[in-house]
Amino acid sequence: MTRVVQFRIYRYDPDKDQKPYMQDISVELEPTDKKLLQALVRLKAKDDSLSFRRSCREGVCGSDAMNINGKNGLACLTDIDSLTQPIVLRPLPGLPVIRDLIVDMTQFFKQYHSITPYLINDDPPPERERLQTPEEREELNGVYECILCACCSTSCPSFWWNPDKFVGPAGLLNAYRFIADTRDTATSQRLDDLNDPYRLFRCHTIMNCVDVCPKHLNPTKAIGKIKELMVSRAV
Amino acid sequence: MKVAKHTFDAVIVGAGGAGLRAALQLAEAGLRTAVLTKVFPTRSHTVAAQGGVAASLGNSTPDHWHWHMYDTVKGSDWLGDQDAIEFMCRKANEVVIELEHFGMPFDRTDEGKIYQRPFGGHSMNYGEAPVMRSCAAADRTGHAMLHALYQRNVRARTHFFVEWMALDLIRDSQGHVLGVTALELETGEVAIFHAKATIFATGGAGRIYHSSTNAFINTGDGLGMAARAGIPLEDMEFWQFHPTGVAGAGVLITEGVRGEGGILRNCNGERFMERYAPNLKDLASRDVVARAMVTEINEGRGCGPNKDYVLLDITHLSPEIIMKRLPGIREISIQFAGVDPIKEPIPVVPTCHYMMGGIPTNYKGQVVMPQDGDPNAPVPGFYAAGECACASVHGANRLGTNSLLDLLVFGKASAETAVADIKSGNLTLRELPKDAAEPSLARLARLENQKEGEPVADVLLELQRTMQKHAGVFRFKDMLEEGVQKILEVEERVRRTAIRDHSKVWNTARMEALELENLIEVAKATMISAAARKESRGAHVRDDCPDTPEFPNGRNDKEWLKHTLWFRDGNRLVYKPVNLKPLNPDTQPIALAKRTY
Ligand SMILES: Cc1cc2nc3c(=O)[nH]c(=O)nc-3n(C[C@H](O)[C@H](O)[C@H](O)COP(=O)(O)OP(=O)(O)OC[C@H]3O[C@@H](n4cnc5c(N)ncnc54)[C@H](O)[C@@H]3O)c2cc1C
Ligand code: SF4
Ligand code: SF4
Ligand code: FES
Repeated sequence: MTRVVQFRIYRYDPDKDQKPYMQDISVELEPTDKKLLQALVRLKAKDDSLSFRRSCREGVCGSDAMNINGKNGLACLTDIDSLTQPIVLRPLPGLPVIRDLIVDMTQFFKQYHSITPYLINDDPPPERERLQTPEEREELNGVYECILCACCSTSCPSFWWNPDKFVGPAGLLNAYRFIADTRDTATSQRLDDLNDPYRLFRCHTIMNCVDVCPKHLNPTKAIGKIKELMVSRAV
Repeated sequence: MKVAKHTFDAVIVGAGGAGLRAALQLAEAGLRTAVLTKVFPTRSHTVAAQGGVAASLGNSTPDHWHWHMYDTVKGSDWLGDQDAIEFMCRKANEVVIELEHFGMPFDRTDEGKIYQRPFGGHSMNYGEAPVMRSCAAADRTGHAMLHALYQRNVRARTHFFVEWMALDLIRDSQGHVLGVTALELETGEVAIFHAKATIFATGGAGRIYHSSTNAFINTGDGLGMAARAGIPLEDMEFWQFHPTGVAGAGVLITEGVRGEGGILRNCNGERFMERYAPNLKDLASRDVVARAMVTEINEGRGCGPNKDYVLLDITHLSPEIIMKRLPGIREISIQFAGVDPIKEPIPVVPTCHYMMGGIPTNYKGQVVMPQDGDPNAPVPGFYAAGECACASVHGANRLGTNSLLDLLVFGKASAETAVADIKSGNLTLRELPKDAAEPSLARLARLENQKEGEPVADVLLELQRTMQKHAGVFRFKDMLEEGVQKILEVEERVRRTAIRDHSKVWNTARMEALELENLIEVAKATMISAAARKESRGAHVRDDCPDTPEFPNGRNDKEWLKHTLWFRDGNRLVYKPVNLKPLNPDTQPIALAKRTY
């Protein structure tokens, strides 16, 4: 059963295009093509100028986040047949477009880097592993799995308006990953750093981020926990 | 074209597990280091590893590094070098504990130690019983490890060049390596990275096969660059195939499915494994199952419109068992095969998984090649680690969890050697040849000016189909010989590919064309080395070298206990001895024996 799928794709090549345009294009798929990424690879065989990032094709590397029929997601985990046609593809919203579906992620990673994304523990390391109970380790579940795809932050209105000041859901989820780690000794510096009208408190619990995370993570919950810790610290 | 020049003490190509581990060592030694990577570091394919990383910590069962060494040598079918294997197994605890200190979120035992699980081929007391040696973070060990290493590099302020593709290795007339040329994807600019030391950590090349568990970016760039610069590739005939990858998608389905009672069936619904392995049936060892599956497909009993896969059936299991024991597999089947395994069998094919061969190195991470009678003379200024390198610790067959370990141990060792070589003044910044960027510019110009020619996607597909058919799981003498001819024909076509996209900005068509030029080097090395090795050993199993009393498992130690070296120039093959001597004179070597489990 061959099937033809219709697309409307955001195209922009700064080398030749005055401005972006939407391209209508269709492609014939093989029965084994299930995922949007497979369709994109077939489209690319037809028109090799179509540009997008991709690598693992199984939802673990975070390369192929894009806006699919108005919602952010990973092409490699999105079923073609679940989408209404024409399938409208746009680059992730709110970040500068470099070309076609490829955005400039600098601002996103800047925010990730701003939360000191590494374990801090200045005690001399023991000869063996630092101990951590299974329950303590459990606290990291639902946060350490982030693949830095940016689906969440680029669906967050607060991040669109203040990408330079608001850490955004991905950065905050990762901040909580270190706050929650019993081996990390910098909790109070981390909380001080986030106690800022913009860095943390721009989050208005709109929940777009939770809705789009392809790994089913919950940045809003992590943000809530950070806020709770700030409150309990204050009293 | 204007070519910018950057100068560093060291340049690392690759930011997967091996590259990031090496980068840490160089940054912490205070050397000016550039790390080039095609993708943002956490998008490297190390992120996909699931099962764990081996270390004889003994957190749950007694363990010893020498038992680990025994398992690794036996797993390698005695083709692994025992000095390198000893080095890796002895270093395992140190590098895994370090990783924990870096923040890796390992699972924990009740005592709060790193959780360890059993894994195929890993045993206690020289094969006596399974051992718990695989240190794991759920089934996301690679993800947890890669992110922890990246985070530690953020702390060390490592200088990354993200989305830069290295094009060619620069060597001077004396054979010294002086760095690489690279293409910035965003701008299309070419630059020279001139350095005292160059470390390759470019990962695997699983994309030479049509069906692969590897990412799109695993195109063997490091191997292509080395081969074009006159450096041989070692033991390229040895590729690990996993029996059950999802047909068409390649995503892995764990052996646990067959452990729970899953059955492989052909187009007649027959449980064919009963004919190949009457006792263990579907649970026979990986190579036996994979070989049986390919035989069924080759003999026309495959399933589907093209008769090119078999079915993995668990519909006879109760839905409760599937939901409880195999929830992740159900998710993958629904996601990637479009079938709910409770109701329908899963289409699977043996799937290329791991490259045992690579750029030849010694246990210190120095790239070595035959020179002046020494089969292992270091190439000055050049180091390699991880899947792109061949130390050789995996020999003819890798054990699960030993690759993540390899990245840590040899990523670190290669950088330590480079640091020592730079600090002792052994390595200096040598003068660049005038035409250093010429070969790369010529490749780019060829693509720019090629008006007529075949699309890259078509030639790539032909390359992958040829490899899949002629140098797959089970190898046949005439198929291999025919395969050599075919792959040389594909090479001609690679030279004539044409792209339509000529933009400077993020030109992925150009990138894929350049990657194809690396894949073809890996494919030739594999096919030619495989056709020449007239024995069965580890993952290389030939129909004309069966199990006989004289040659157990088809292995011929008298003639073939040696490493293959393939040179690009003239497709020349040279052989070098396997090192059966451990590093330490007090260490008991692992004596040759027939490999049975
Ligand atoms: C699905 C799967 C599961 C696995 N599970 C396990 C497991 O449980 N345990 C285990 O031990 N092993 C496992 N393996 C094997 C193991 O994960 C890999 O062998 C290992 O991660 C390779 O790491 P690496 O650092 O060598 O390369 P990679 O992680 O692949 O990184 C390669 C790097 O090189 C860069 N690069 C490549 N070419 C260029 C270029 N031209 N210019 C610039 N940069 C370049 C890339 O950008 C990337 O950063 C698994 C493999 C797969 C596919
Ligand atoms: S919950 Fe907060 S972080 Fe998430 S989308 Fe809303 S404002 Fe953004
Ligand atoms: S939290 Fe989820 S959506 Fe956001 S970057 Fe991480 S994986 Fe992506
Ligand atoms: S390609 Fe890696 S997440 Fe989709």
